[in-house]
Amino acid sequence: MAALLHLNGVTLGFAGNIVLQGVDFTVDAGTITSLIGPNGAGKTSLFNCITGFYKPQSGSISFDRRAMLPLKPFQVTRAGIARTFQNVRLFRQMSVLENVMSGQHCRTSAGAIGAIFHLPAQQREEEKIRAHSVECLRFVGVGQDEWERDATTLAYGHQRRVEIARALATEPKLLLLDEPAAGLTKGEKGELVELITRIRDERKVAVLLIEHDTGLVMRISERVSVLDHGTIIAEGIPKDIQANPKVIEAYLGAEDAEAALAL
Amino acid sequence: MAAGKLDPRPDAWGRLATILDTPAKRGVAIALILAVMVVAPMAFGQYATVILTNALLYTILALGLNIVVGYAGLLDLGYAAFFAVGAYAVGILTTTFGWNFWATIPLAVLAAMLAGLIIGGPTLRLRSDYLAIVTLGFGEIVRIAARNLDITGKASGISGIEQPWLFGWHIARPVDFYYVFLVLAIIGILVSVRLANSRLGRAWLYVRHDEDAAEAMGINRVRVKLAAYVIGAIYGSIGGAFFAVNLTAISPESFSFKQSTLFLMAVILGGMGKIPGVILGAFIVVLAPEVLRDFGSFRYLIFAVGLLLIMLYRPSGIWPAGSKR
Repeated sequence: MAALLHLNGVTLGFAGNIVLQGVDFTVDAGTITSLIGPNGAGKTSLFNCITGFYKPQSGSISFDRRAMLPLKPFQVTRAGIARTFQNVRLFRQMSVLENVMSGQHCRTSAGAIGAIFHLPAQQREEEKIRAHSVECLRFVGVGQDEWERDATTLAYGHQRRVEIARALATEPKLLLLDEPAAGLTKGEKGELVELITRIRDERKVAVLLIEHDTGLVMRISERVSVLDHGTIIAEGIPKDIQANPKVIEAYLGAEDAEAALAL
Repeated sequence: MAAGKLDPRPDAWGRLATILDTPAKRGVAIALILAVMVVAPMAFGQYATVILTNALLYTILALGLNIVVGYAGLLDLGYAAFFAVGAYAVGILTTTFGWNFWATIPLAVLAAMLAGLIIGGPTLRLRSDYLAIVTLGFGEIVRIAARNLDITGKASGISGIEQPWLFGWHIARPVDFYYVFLVLAIIGILVSVRLANSRLGRAWLYVRHDEDAAEAMGINRVRVKLAAYVIGAIYGSIGGAFFAVNLTAISPESFSFKQSTLFLMAVILGGMGKIPGVILGAFIVVLAPEVLRDFGSFRYLIFAVGLLLIMLYRPSGIWPAGSKR
């Protein structure tokens, strides 16, 4: 199976500080892949490189056999990579539905003229945007009573779901989730595991996950990569990662003993 | 702008919102206001008609600037420049080249769009602070160019602009222009409402609230901002075109920085991003100095204090874009 996302020797530095050093990394179509590592290992920076927000000094990133590095973030999304943010970033003072509708922007094209004259094509497109957004909200389990509410007034767990629905509304082939379980209760984490699995199985969307809850990671991932000090120190199936002494050492070295024990 | 904080107290507008809770009730309110606007020239006399015409002109310009500042969140300190481009395009083409007024409008709009693309194209790629500086400079450049070029009549400007005919109706008296501006303002409102409730209108809000998140959703923020800036320019140029034929004479001082600040004041005072608020702001900016005329030279002082108080106690405007339940 050809890799959907392929990173080759990605190196990123800010003002002389190396953040990522020669990262090689792949995500296969239709799989759940996780990226773990101690705080400050460079996981979110790697996400930002994939989505075009950061430009690495060297290396290459290809997705669906297309080079991603020359693209701007909005073009990366159009190419089929969607993301959520570590600290939920929903649009303030806009409804849940309006938030999710933003994802459809890159799959539609109506402009000012269509809007002013309510041209038939624009009206059909608005219908499509709405219908697709509603479908995404239903998929993540946000009920109709919440669609018209100000998104940022929702319970935290539901805001996370809305953010996932918004990312799914871009019709991605790959979904990047940045610590989706952070701040969730035990019950909510269980529902998240089920949701991520359904995203892969029912929508055929590959998932790349950054997550600190290593227990959750080991439960749902096909493959796990471990990032430490900007380099990949281990890569493999969950069982091998759990037994890898380098991984345990990385976590203990970072005094992140709690996470190590969870391994 | 300060983050829009949620105000749990039901204020005057909140109560108004509960009274006007159904589309039917809102329709009645709009019909009432419209009826008052239609009979106003008969009821209040010629002086008031001229003032109200000016308020309608400010409404059109504030609606245009609201798309730039209120929807897309771009600070434009030189909006009068687009107003000037529209006015001078009509002035030059009708007097020097003898064009029919109606034929000059597409060209006035085109000139403003071009100016918008030239100024906005490079600047909107940068952070929004830069736009404020560049637009401030652009406003001054247009005014100073108009003061010094032969084709714009230098400091004395252009006079003798012919008032237009429309199907045998000579638009010449103040009351004629009142109705022309009323129709333009209504079109301006309808266009604003439809844009706000569209893919593009939503994109402006996404970009204003969180540029990075908007871009991560596949929105080309430069393009979306440029659309707002150019549509704002079109409103400005149309306002300027009709301003020129209304006054029949234009001079560079009609397009000073003070004008730009007054337009911006109308938008911010009423409530950025909220159409009724912006209209209210435009009327206050034009009518308040008239209402306070009895106070003589103190009226601007009173007006200024009033503005300061409004900004202190209602920093997001008199009738701000409310948050949802």
